[in-house]
Amino acid sequence: MQEYNFAYLDEQTKRMIRRAILKGLAVPGYQVPFASREMPMPYGWGTGGVQVSAAVLMPEDVMKVIDQGADDTTNAVSIRKFFERTAGVDTTERTSDADVIQTRHRIPEEALREDQILVYQVPIPEPLRFLEPRETETRKMHALEEYGLMHVKLYEDIARNGAIATAYAYPVRVEGRYVMDPSPIPKFDNPKLEMAAIQLFGAGREQRIYALPPYCNVVSLDFEDYPFEASKADHACDLCGCETSYLDEVIVDDAGGRMFVCSDTDFCRGRRAAGHIGVQGTPFEEDAA
Amino acid sequence: MYVAVKGGEKAIDAAHAWLAEERRGDVSVTELSVAQIREQMTLAVNRVMAEGSLYDPDLAALAIKQARGDLIEAIFLIRAYRTTLPRFGATRPVETADMDCIRRVSATFKDAPGGQVLGPTFDYTHRLLDFKLAADGTVPEAPTRETEPAPVPHITEFLNKEGLIQSEPQSDTAPRDLTREPLELPADRALRLQSLTRGDEGFILGMAYSTQRGYARNHAFVGELRIGTCAVEMDIPEQSFAVEIGEVELTECETVNQFKGSKVEPPQFTRGYGLVFGQTERKAISMALVDRALRWKELGEDNAGAPAQDEEFVLYHADNIQATGFLEHIKLPHYVDFQSELELVRKMRADAMGALQEAAE
Repeated sequence: MQEYNFAYLDEQTKRMIRRAILKGLAVPGYQVPFASREMPMPYGWGTGGVQVSAAVLMPEDVMKVIDQGADDTTNAVSIRKFFERTAGVDTTERTSDADVIQTRHRIPEEALREDQILVYQVPIPEPLRFLEPRETETRKMHALEEYGLMHVKLYEDIARNGAIATAYAYPVRVEGRYVMDPSPIPKFDNPKLEMAAIQLFGAGREQRIYALPPYCNVVSLDFEDYPFEASKADHACDLCGCETSYLDEVIVDDAGGRMFVCSDTDFCRGRRAAGHIGVQGTPFEEDAA
Repeated sequence: MYVAVKGGEKAIDAAHAWLAEERRGDVSVTELSVAQIREQMTLAVNRVMAEGSLYDPDLAALAIKQARGDLIEAIFLIRAYRTTLPRFGATRPVETADMDCIRRVSATFKDAPGGQVLGPTFDYTHRLLDFKLAADGTVPEAPTRETEPAPVPHITEFLNKEGLIQSEPQSDTAPRDLTREPLELPADRALRLQSLTRGDEGFILGMAYSTQRGYARNHAFVGELRIGTCAVEMDIPEQSFAVEIGEVELTECETVNQFKGSKVEPPQFTRGYGLVFGQTERKAISMALVDRALRWKELGEDNAGAPAQDEEFVLYHADNIQATGFLEHIKLPHYVDFQSELELVRKMRADAMGALQEAAE
């Protein structure tokens, strides 16, 4: 294989991306256009997140990559390998050991620290996209702070279904200004968007970067009489017994039998290592699986 | 007993090893060489170069071999390689009027200086499977004729002299670069043409076809279609002259379109323009038609609301690498999102069933 620059991208490109990141941090929730590069993985498979990670990674950093909360999902494995190969950085599955965490669709259960960076992969950065398909229009709407359409949509949900029918990628308002798409995380994760770590969002195909600085004010859109509710399956994890973590539902037999397990695999492993055992769990052994 | 799914890494490695075997196919059949693909699958190579935006027949052939003949996958390989290449500078614009043509036809004039040259074309072949080719690939030598090198001026220049065709504004400003800046709208014509020339052939063809069928109809004649090689020249610092660094094969199409005139323009002919790497005739003609349709605003035409007139629609959806990536990403795990939808649907169902129950009681 030929030699690539550290973390694949050339330094000029990283500089361009870092400028976009800094602008994004200065204007929280604003979608900064950036000249996204063609990456050696397909658009829609994390190219935005990968470019942001490549721009913030330092050689001494330890990196963690998760997809659906898990380190071992195929695309997370693929992206982790990409950085092992092109940046030579150490990788980890432990949330607390990581300096940079790239994620798709989840925020880790464990609270992040000020010295950590969480990088999101974003498919459609525009929260108004499915209400207005034209980018020329939605940029205007953001500029004019014209978010009535979004509120009407949420209202119509309630009128029709008795509830806001958005379960993931639930829109938020940042510092009272920009309405932002938190990427397709379940709305269960929305309250965690106010955190100590820097959060960076990269959308490669759509050529946008946006950011949340630490402790930024992030409010999930709702109504006084229909307040936002972070929901999850009404179960405990069958492996570690946790009652507060986000759960995956797994079908275990042909008769529709199912069990619930933590979507955050590192969190679940940590709890089982600490002696917590769920209804169907077994005492923890390293590499038992 | 359920155990958490592990082994993604092993599964990926095994899948890729299998893929490599499948790519090779039956090992008792001779392996294809890159040179064979380059020489005998030339039009596939041309498409990969055009949509990959990289003129290198050997690399395009390698990409086709590696991609098992999936041209979009091959284009992807070329694009990903292309972005890693350093840029030494920009060449001078190629002078297509000086093209060394292997083909040059006009549908608007029976004859013109430079003549009509059919060249190596599928046109007028009968599309009958040649079963002889399956057994014996040798070809009889094609007849040749001595010609004097003579200039082959652009056909539209003749219309231009009479003032019958709209003249294009001249500009020496460097066009924006689609691969180095985010696409922001409205896009100027140079940027639109960049997007079209690397856009998916099928998409551009479909868009062009839709204009022929009446969605922003603008009857186009092929004023000229020419295929041939052009010298690529570059200004080298410390040299007072441009240096020829190579040549590229190009297909250029200029359409001549009826135009009744508008509030801002008198009745005259207007142009659509297509320029594509390699012998890529279908793409170049399609590009010219779509280019013309997208020019409605500057010509003061009505917006018929047709897809081919919609710059945002065309430019945002023409790129097959963006499209295929996003389309195929729905294969990736989405179970976290699906789980949250499951909860929501169960809850809404329970509420609705409760309401029905109450109504029945």
